[in-house]
Amino acid sequence: MQLEYFQLIDRILDLNMVEKTITVEAQVPKASTIFDGHFPGYPIMPGVLLIESMAQTSGWLLVALMKFERMPFLAAVKEAKMRGFVAPGELLTVEASVVHEGSGYAITDAKVKVGGKLRSNATITFSHVPFPNPDLRGHMDAVAKRIGFPSQAIA
Amino acid sequence: MSSTFDQVATIIAETCDIPRDTITPDSHAIDDLGIDSLDFLDIAFAIDKAFGIKLPLEKWTQEVNDGKATTEQYFVLKNLCARIDELVAAKGAGA
Repeated sequence: MQLEYFQLIDRILDLNMVEKTITVEAQVPKASTIFDGHFPGYPIMPGVLLIESMAQTSGWLLVALMKFERMPFLAAVKEAKMRGFVAPGELLTVEASVVHEGSGYAITDAKVKVGGKLRSNATITFSHVPFPNPDLRGHMDAVAKRIGFPSQAIA
Repeated sequence: MSSTFDQVATIIAETCDIPRDTITPDSHAIDDLGIDSLDFLDIAFAIDKAFGIKLPLEKWTQEVNDGKATTEQYFVLKNLCARIDELVAAKGAGA
């Protein structure tokens, strides 16, 4: 996890194209300027970044299901709940599953867990469009490589 | 069983917090009811679920953008409901 680059997930642990689920891992850094302000003397992972981690996890699931032909963009976050604090240095497991695949949009359910215990969950809506330019597509290819996207899953 | 329009009007009322009695078959979802594209995703999701179909929003939007169709054809509620009925019938025929 590199918060300053908005890299909220580190590694894909499992991608199930039949069940339409994904599980990823994300190591919260022990130190970050974000923790200097959130909060002084009591550092915790901001809830919006937990939501972003769930959005990125869901996004990779959708990218896989759409075989890298379309890019999902965050459209709505519903029922987002911060159920427990996440501290610097903790290892997150983030899971997502598809609730609905519509025409040009999709809805997922996502969860953040630490040590098997639920810390946050949300229902997330994405709109998706064909990749707007080759640069973004290339960026996604590079990130896919970094996070161990199982390319055989979409072969 | 309630009519397609009754179901759709109820979905719109509940999803967008619009008084049910202001929604008529001649209401234009965008121009009259003020529903924006994001709210329409919620409506589409609820319609997809309720009727077991997949509203072809992208195709409709493309047709409107290309000048091949008007928004009235898809977003005036009586027309939207006719499209839903067609999709339900097509699904039944294909089952």
